[in-house]
Amino acid sequence: MQSKLGLDFKKVDYARELAGKIATEVQAFAEKYSTVAVERTLCRLVGIDGVDENMVPLPNVLVDHIKERGLLGEGALFFIGNAILSEKLTPQEIAERVSMGSLDITKLPIASESEISSALKPVVEESIKKIVDRRERREAYLKNLGEGPRPYLYVIVATGNIYEDVVQAEAAARQGADIIAVIRTTGQSLLDYVPYGATTEGFGGTFATQENFRIMRSALDKTGEELGRYIRLCNYCSGLCMPEIAAMGAFEGLDVMLNDALYGILFRDINMQRTLVDQFFSRVINGFAGVIINTGEDNYLTTADAFDEAHTVLASDFINEQLALIAGLPQSQMGLGHAFEMNPDLENGFIFELAQAQMTREIFPDAPLKYMPPTKFMTGNIFRGHIQDALFNMIGIWTGQGIQLLGMPTEAIHTPFMSDRYLSIENAKYIFSNMRKIGDEMEFKEGGIARQRAAEVIDSAILLLENIDKEGLFSALEKGIFGNVKRPRNGGKGLEGVVEKGINYMNPFVNIMMGGK
Amino acid sequence: MSGGLYSMQSKEFDKTLDLKSVKPYGDTMNDGKVQLSFTLPVPVGDEAIEAAKQLIKKMGLENPQVVFYKELTSGYTFFNCYGSCVHTVDYTSIYVPKVESGVMDMHQTDEYIKENVGRPLIVVGASTGTDAHTVGIDAIMNMKGYAGHYGLERYEMIEAFNLGSQVPNEEFIAKALELKADALLVSQTVTQKDVHVKNLVELVELLEAEGLRDKVILVCGGPRISHELAKELGYDAGFGMNSYADDVASYIAQEYVKRVSNMNL
Repeated sequence: MQSKLGLDFKKVDYARELAGKIATEVQAFAEKYSTVAVERTLCRLVGIDGVDENMVPLPNVLVDHIKERGLLGEGALFFIGNAILSEKLTPQEIAERVSMGSLDITKLPIASESEISSALKPVVEESIKKIVDRRERREAYLKNLGEGPRPYLYVIVATGNIYEDVVQAEAAARQGADIIAVIRTTGQSLLDYVPYGATTEGFGGTFATQENFRIMRSALDKTGEELGRYIRLCNYCSGLCMPEIAAMGAFEGLDVMLNDALYGILFRDINMQRTLVDQFFSRVINGFAGVIINTGEDNYLTTADAFDEAHTVLASDFINEQLALIAGLPQSQMGLGHAFEMNPDLENGFIFELAQAQMTREIFPDAPLKYMPPTKFMTGNIFRGHIQDALFNMIGIWTGQGIQLLGMPTEAIHTPFMSDRYLSIENAKYIFSNMRKIGDEMEFKEGGIARQRAAEVIDSAILLLENIDKEGLFSALEKGIFGNVKRPRNGGKGLEGVVEKGINYMNPFVNIMMGGK
Repeated sequence: MSGGLYSMQSKEFDKTLDLKSVKPYGDTMNDGKVQLSFTLPVPVGDEAIEAAKQLIKKMGLENPQVVFYKELTSGYTFFNCYGSCVHTVDYTSIYVPKVESGVMDMHQTDEYIKENVGRPLIVVGASTGTDAHTVGIDAIMNMKGYAGHYGLERYEMIEAFNLGSQVPNEEFIAKALELKADALLVSQTVTQKDVHVKNLVELVELLEAEGLRDKVILVCGGPRISHELAKELGYDAGFGMNSYADDVASYIAQEYVKRVSNMNL
């Protein structure tokens, strides 16, 4: 591809190589460990669902049962497979008996590894088939109904009540939204379990539960059929239950998942070992389920300055890309993140934003980039805010972004009203149509502001990546080299849920999902 | 709307400003002009427009005009409207409680603390409870600050500890004790269903239960926080939108000095 910004692709390749080394080192660590979240995910994948009388999900009951006996390193599937053999029960029946206290699955006679593997095989195959069916269902919809042109219009609903969310989501789809994201309730990322059932009470968002996923997906299927356009559903595969949410999304046909490798560490103070192990399996599942992941680079800029720290966003995009590739997630499913967050008072700020967006587009040509709207400098002046969003939309269409997360004029005031969403969609549709081919028409002047800026950002990103590569990601995170946030290796939430894999450990899903057998 | 440019409406009202009965200003004193937009859960049509007009009248606006309407989705119609407000307020009798300290810039505050305290003040801040937003506490505390106002971390005479987001109130208090905080800053961004009020009150109750409430300067902030609300909830001060580190630092420094001198009297 001809670079409109005159990018030096040798430098881009070098940056990618550095990120690849950083990611490989992380993976060498991640492969040796499992977590309570990964094991609960495996429980869900083999069909364990439901809650006990205290509303504790059965996957938690079973994994805690094994963990309390100090045997989690052997993995849940080893014990489940073994119990299938000796008790002639389904995984769900096993979990129910453990929950009632009538079965201790760590005390059964141990069969051979090959016997356990063959006992698990039909359950695993059934689970894989369920996910493949879901994926094919989406593909059929896309083929038969079609979809909106890129950038996809992405809006959020956040009423706290899944049924109210459905009303808002249907309205947004009718107005032109292509992706509906159901914002999660505040604090869900720090819950070490996934709540169960349909929910109607949340703060700043709605609980991510499998039932809520199902309710929204089926509503959007109906609306999509009526509109003749497939509507994608997005949720949040982050926090302490990353891979579990991925599995639930894979079963229920979610299309897009926020799924950043570093976000939880930096912005939720989740232990880095925990997150890096969890992110791998969550991305394996998302990759296999055909889910587009979104990364959270925009979050750096809500704290740091968007002009000064633009290279941090790029460096993180490189690392997220390489970690995702290791998990078998193709570039076409990588919604790498960046944002329009420069101070509006910055002279020529639009050109700098344009350079950043065009640069990101050219460096990740196959990725459906996720472009985030202004939030930090939204002031409550809704009229000016609407113009800020308009400038953001111009860059989105100009630089061919994949997913345009629509800004709301009422950002910083309240979660969007139905009318806010209408105004934002109208804004984007007007600009996208009016400026559809602007990117094809315009070039960037040699030696001009945009070209210089893009070159500088790449140079700074390389320096940062070299630094992280030298330190290793864990140590770089400890020293605050990334995003100026320091996180101790053994600090943060969720470390107690990390366990070294034992000799009997098995997770056949990783191989199957990554294309092996 | 072609009628908007040359309004032929009668303007037979008193056009002199009277601060005892103030009403909104469009382009003529006392015209009472208000613009508003809202959505009604009814299908689009003449009945919807009439419903909007009747509602506007009930809000105390005369001559209601619906200048734009659009059905957002089946059964929900959005309106942009204008009207003239019949109500007035007596501006001369208004009293709003405010943070009663002068605002100094960073250098002035540093000097003030050097002269009057003689040691750095210790300020511990966090976005507490389930609130995951760091944007507010970062704007006040981070070295870089916000909109050209340096954050507390840059102050020579303030030792600032930003604990980040989702800090449980108990942990916040434990950390404040450990660091021997002079002042606590609590940021609350999420306000849906008044979750912030519950959380702010809980912190005050916990501090009181531990006998610590009077030992610290307790300050809260956030886009939906006012000084008045803060006082009501048992805080010493509250800072809303358009407040910066300067406001917070000047207040803490002066309040600290005031308290120490009261103790010495």
